[in-house]
Amino acid sequence: MKNILKLFSVIILFSVSSVNVISAEKVEFLKTDWTFKGLFGKFDRASLQRGYQVYTEVCAACHSMKYLSYRNLSEKGGPEFSVAQAKAIAASFEVTDGPNADGEMFQRPGKLSDKFVMPYENVKAAEAANGGAYPPDMSVLVKARGGGVDYIYSLLQGYEEAPNGMILDDGVHYNKYMYGNKIKMSAPLSDGIIEYSDGTKASVEQMSKDVTTFLMWAAEPSLEARHQMGFKAIVYLIILTVLVYFSMKRIWSRVKSEV
Amino acid sequence: MSDHEYTPKSKAGRWFNDRLPLLTLANHLTDYPTPKNLNYWWTFGGILTFCLITQIVTGLVLAMHYIAHADMAFESVEHIMRDVNYGWLIRYIHANGASMFFLAVYIHIFRSLFYGSYKSPREIIWIIGIIIYLLMMAAAFMGYVLPWGQMSFWGATVITNLFSAIPFVGEGVVTWLWGGYSVDNPTLTRFFTLHYLIPFLILGLVVLHIWALHVPGNNNPVGIDVKKPSKDTVPFHPYIVIKDGFALLMFMIVFAFFVFYAPNILGHADNYIEANPLVTPAHIVPEWYLLPFYAILRSVPDKLLGVVAMLSAILILAVLPWLDTSKIRSAVFRPLYKQFYWILVADVLILGYVGAMPAEGLYLLIARVATAYYFLHFLVILPVLGLKERTIPLPLSITEPVLGGSPNMAMAKKKESKIE
Repeated sequence: MKNILKLFSVIILFSVSSVNVISAEKVEFLKTDWTFKGLFGKFDRASLQRGYQVYTEVCAACHSMKYLSYRNLSEKGGPEFSVAQAKAIAASFEVTDGPNADGEMFQRPGKLSDKFVMPYENVKAAEAANGGAYPPDMSVLVKARGGGVDYIYSLLQGYEEAPNGMILDDGVHYNKYMYGNKIKMSAPLSDGIIEYSDGTKASVEQMSKDVTTFLMWAAEPSLEARHQMGFKAIVYLIILTVLVYFSMKRIWSRVKSEV
Repeated sequence: MSDHEYTPKSKAGRWFNDRLPLLTLANHLTDYPTPKNLNYWWTFGGILTFCLITQIVTGLVLAMHYIAHADMAFESVEHIMRDVNYGWLIRYIHANGASMFFLAVYIHIFRSLFYGSYKSPREIIWIIGIIIYLLMMAAAFMGYVLPWGQMSFWGATVITNLFSAIPFVGEGVVTWLWGGYSVDNPTLTRFFTLHYLIPFLILGLVVLHIWALHVPGNNNPVGIDVKKPSKDTVPFHPYIVIKDGFALLMFMIVFAFFVFYAPNILGHADNYIEANPLVTPAHIVPEWYLLPFYAILRSVPDKLLGVVAMLSAILILAVLPWLDTSKIRSAVFRPLYKQFYWILVADVLILGYVGAMPAEGLYLLIARVATAYYFLHFLVILPVLGLKERTIPLPLSITEPVLGGSPNMAMAKKKESKIE
């Protein structure tokens, strides 16, 4: 049993140290309590819905989210808009479809099965409209940045006056948390820039938190299912391990040896 | 296996077994005499088999949904994560399964190094193992390329470029590997093909690995030959089966933790950015399990010599049975070797750490010292140690009464003094 413990602690040590090595090189990000962290972490539904509002009214002007469909908005574990609401959201967008029988492309209102409509035709068009910088697609943005949600949350609130002596080119802004501190995106949020439909006060901090939560869901739509299944799986494995341990002791008791 | 007499009880069984002795094989596998003093470090063979099967099964399902095309690969992975039923689960098991596979294989290899399992008469088992390890690295590397993220693309570029170090034909070889003049769609499709092929090669080699093991039988913590069958051994079933099963379950708990609660922690964030040949990531780092060799590669200033050093670091293991001149297998009875063993473990961990850091300044210096020590261990320390070291006398058998059947010397001595 001593050996098992030793072995187990080696593996745990490995896991912990690998986590540390990866998170060691980060700047101190702003912290907030995310409801989706931890063993039972779940999304805050209201925050997701507000986050969608921030995304669609602010971010979506430049940032695409090409791997999401409107149907996702009503799916379990997400913002969980009602199907009717999601349909209304989809219908508020114009989607290019076709070609029709005459070989023409045509516009129609969006359906649940449509992917999120993109703000630009292609990457080049996006770059041209944004001073040469491509606003990255937001579908998996949280997973594509070291620091994840904390980084995005901090970045949105990290706009400051550039320190003395730092010369910024036209269209470049100073951000405390950006790699190299220079960012082409101007501060996207300001107090009261949108009016939340649920009456929550739209402070920069609140909007940052909501939209980051929404982005986390966009990148990991099955996070809740994963946490729920994970807990069941691990409890099941632990019970089975204990049972197998006692069976093993029983079987090995016939032999003069240690297990 | 030829020494095995077995007659099935049923008539149908005998009829079948006379024509294809599968039942004899099954009987051999259940009765296979195993030293009864094996500790938990010996359970990783079974765990590795589990890892291989898991990778193959999840990989098959992923291959049904994945599209090996430079324009669609990244999107198809997101399709798996979002639209395929339990696609996220299968992909996370497969991605973390690779890390778990390597974690287990490193423990398995270092167990062998500690207990001298590579020594006569088990050299062939060991060499097959090293070939499996090499194939695993190839499979893992190519698998990492398939999602076609930034690290996939640039990792592939860096590693394939190593071949350009070959004198005269290097550039041609690289073009041939790429199927073009840069890492592109032809590279992706061939990597996918090879990534699909290699696990089955590994599976075949695993069969040979186990077959070769079953000829001399298992080594054990005491490292002396056991008479089989005897009081020193227990039949594989149920004794080893249940013990391996128990260890596997413990391993699966760790595995499940990664899959369900930290599925991306062992990967690199940049791989969630679609490959872009025009943007180079700030740091190109391989997956953690390749880092020690990456450190060795970068510690040599010359490209060709760096590649040679990296390859030698792996291939040197294949000739280990002949570099280690000691006849004593287990480090338990080799007090000096035991210390050098732990220094080697630390050395490899240090190499892994500096492999993840930028190759400059102090990191580079540490990498160079650690690389030099790595080779020193195998080329100088091991051959000399075998000739000079004063070893502790071996017990006569693993159940020798004085030793109380324990491989642990301290415990054995304690028991010894009690008897006196």
